Amino acid sequence: MSSVDVQPPVSEARTSPGFVALFRIEMLLALRKRADIANPLLFFVTVLALLPLGVGPEPDLLAKMAPGMIWVMALLATMLSQESLFRGDFEDGTLEQLTLLPQPLYFAVLAKSLVHWVATGLPLALLSPLLALMLNLPVEGYLCLFISLFLGTASLSLIGAIGAALTVALRRPGLLLALIVMPLYVPVLIFGTGAVQAAIDGYAYSAQLAILAALLAAAAALAPLAAAGAIRISLDN
Amino acid sequence: MAWQWFHRLGSPRWFYQKTNVWLPWLALASVVLLSVGTVWGLGFAPEDAKQGNSYRIIFIHVPAAFLALAGYYIMAISGAIGLIWKMKLSFAVMRAAAPIGAVLTFISLFTGAVWGKPTWGTYWVWDARITSMLILLFLYIGVMALSQAVSREQVADKASALLALVGTVNIPIIYKSVDWWFTLHQPATIRLTESSSIDPSMFYPLLTMIIGFYCMYAWTLLTHTRALLLRREVRTQWAQQELAGGK
Amino acid sequence: MSVTSKSPVVLQVRDLACERDGRRLFEGLDFSLPSGAAIQVKGANGAGKTTLLRTLIGSSSDFSGEILWRGNPFPEALRGMRESLLYIGHRGGVRAGLTPLENLTWYGADNESALQALDRVDLFGFEHSLCHSLSAGQNRRVALARMFLPQAPRLWVLDEPLTALDVAGVAALEKQMSAHMDKGGSILLTSHQPLALPGLDFIDLSDFVVDESFTDIGGEHVFS
Repeated sequence: MSSVDVQPPVSEARTSPGFVALFRIEMLLALRKRADIANPLLFFVTVLALLPLGVGPEPDLLAKMAPGMIWVMALLATMLSQESLFRGDFEDGTLEQLTLLPQPLYFAVLAKSLVHWVATGLPLALLSPLLALMLNLPVEGYLCLFISLFLGTASLSLIGAIGAALTVALRRPGLLLALIVMPLYVPVLIFGTGAVQAAIDGYAYSAQLAILAALLAAAAALAPLAAAGAIRISLDN
Repeated sequence: MAWQWFHRLGSPRWFYQKTNVWLPWLALASVVLLSVGTVWGLGFAPEDAKQGNSYRIIFIHVPAAFLALAGYYIMAISGAIGLIWKMKLSFAVMRAAAPIGAVLTFISLFTGAVWGKPTWGTYWVWDARITSMLILLFLYIGVMALSQAVSREQVADKASALLALVGTVNIPIIYKSVDWWFTLHQPATIRLTESSSIDPSMFYPLLTMIIGFYCMYAWTLLTHTRALLLRREVRTQWAQQELAGGK
Repeated sequence: MSVTSKSPVVLQVRDLACERDGRRLFEGLDFSLPSGAAIQVKGANGAGKTTLLRTLIGSSSDFSGEILWRGNPFPEALRGMRESLLYIGHRGGVRAGLTPLENLTWYGADNESALQALDRVDLFGFEHSLCHSLSAGQNRRVALARMFLPQAPRLWVLDEPLTALDVAGVAALEKQMSAHMDKGGSILLTSHQPLALPGLDFIDLSDFVVDESFTDIGGEHVFS
């Protein structure tokens, strides 16, 4: 009875998307929602344009504040856009499916963080010379500002993913996310502004940039692990 | 054998009944040590050559700061034990440790500010240690806010344990970076008192206070954990018996 | 092929107990799911049907007892299981910002078979519309279209697959499930509606509910 010849077997292993496929699909989604890319940038520019209205237009004062203000605003812009990092995927069930892939969730989180950086941190860094010009930052600081934002915002995207993952199942996570993530941003902020300040003062700043790069390496290795754990916890909600 | 002991310690009922015996002793030790330390420190320890009597606030400030930091690690380690071995008790310890640690951090910040007025002439200075303490307070508040925001207790336990662990990895980095930042911005006139050269006549009352604070911390933590356990296990027979006042 | 005693057991559960919010949902659950078989999990709302499915796919670790995938216990066997798992939950896993076709190709289908699968779930003509412009029922169909792909994995775990489907949709789904069983695939599903599926087995979780008088474990209940 059961000696019927075996039917065409059901496939054993499914082809699961690799890191490149994950990155490409996230990039495609980011490009389709251009407003999500534009908003943090507009926020960044608008708030910094308000700064002279608040503290007065004296070039010296602005120049003194510029490195810190640009960095703090970059930090806020990154953080505000992080709330939606996993939200859509959580609501439509994609996040659940990602946890069921045979390969570790680490890669999916890394891909999403990387796309988040490409869509927010990288444009912020590219835009920074313009704001530096508006805020009268000495020319010596331009290159350093760009490099420090380039490296630093990548760390911010990775660290923020932990907070986004922990709060993804909550209804209104906005302020809670800020509360959780802000203290973790401190080292990046300190070394980011420190590097720019050193460049302006004419000192060597490669040490600070090296520390920023080291922070980025550590964040890339550890933050997606923590965020992956947080996603599994949040999905149990 | 060792595993069995571990297993027993994880049982809420066993913990509740054991700590019942420890509590009075811890309470006694903290009251005695803290009163002795306070009287000794405020009344008998000599005046500081430079700061006069105002230095005496270190008898509260230093122990509070010690425990604020140690408390974060206690919270994070019990959270980690909870995540790894899924032990109910350790999650309760973690949840209990958060507000206690936050209060101690606040006390150390507050006493630091009070001390700052006569010493530096201002209540708040962006000093490396004070700034680090402030960030520690934010870390505590983050863990507490997250555990309050998640509605399901089990999920809240795991989520805040994970956040506490992330904070643990970050604390040394934050301390180092704030330290570096401070040396960069430090005005030449402001110098912290070198705590290395403390006279024995001041050190012994301080040590008494530190041990007293540790006892008080343990006492508070146990009491708080017991209350949490009782609330979480309220459906079980042992909790009902305890609540009814039976043995 | 029909299920015989010789059919290899794919998923086996021994003395399983699940908890949620400190409350034991069910305990003493024993069953095995052979190749070519289907089991429908029944039970009232809140009985733990979804929790059971989520435990069996390794998404919840709050359980005691043993889960074996092809004779190997969890969690070691988890990776192997996920390689042959198709899970469709309450949330379908359809990205709103992608088209149905892109969604299916992301799940590993080639273009042609994805188009065929979409045709089978009556989404012909919608392949290139973005999913957030489709109705809830249509989005559900996109999720279910994964079952119509030729390379569909061996084990299907489906949480309420029939919700938001019309009569024709239900019939097509039943046909596809029975074809899957004929090919040696296994299905575990929950449903409030009865299914016309030959050889369907049932598990009623209300048979495994913990008797209230036994819920007290005397405080020796160490692990949550």
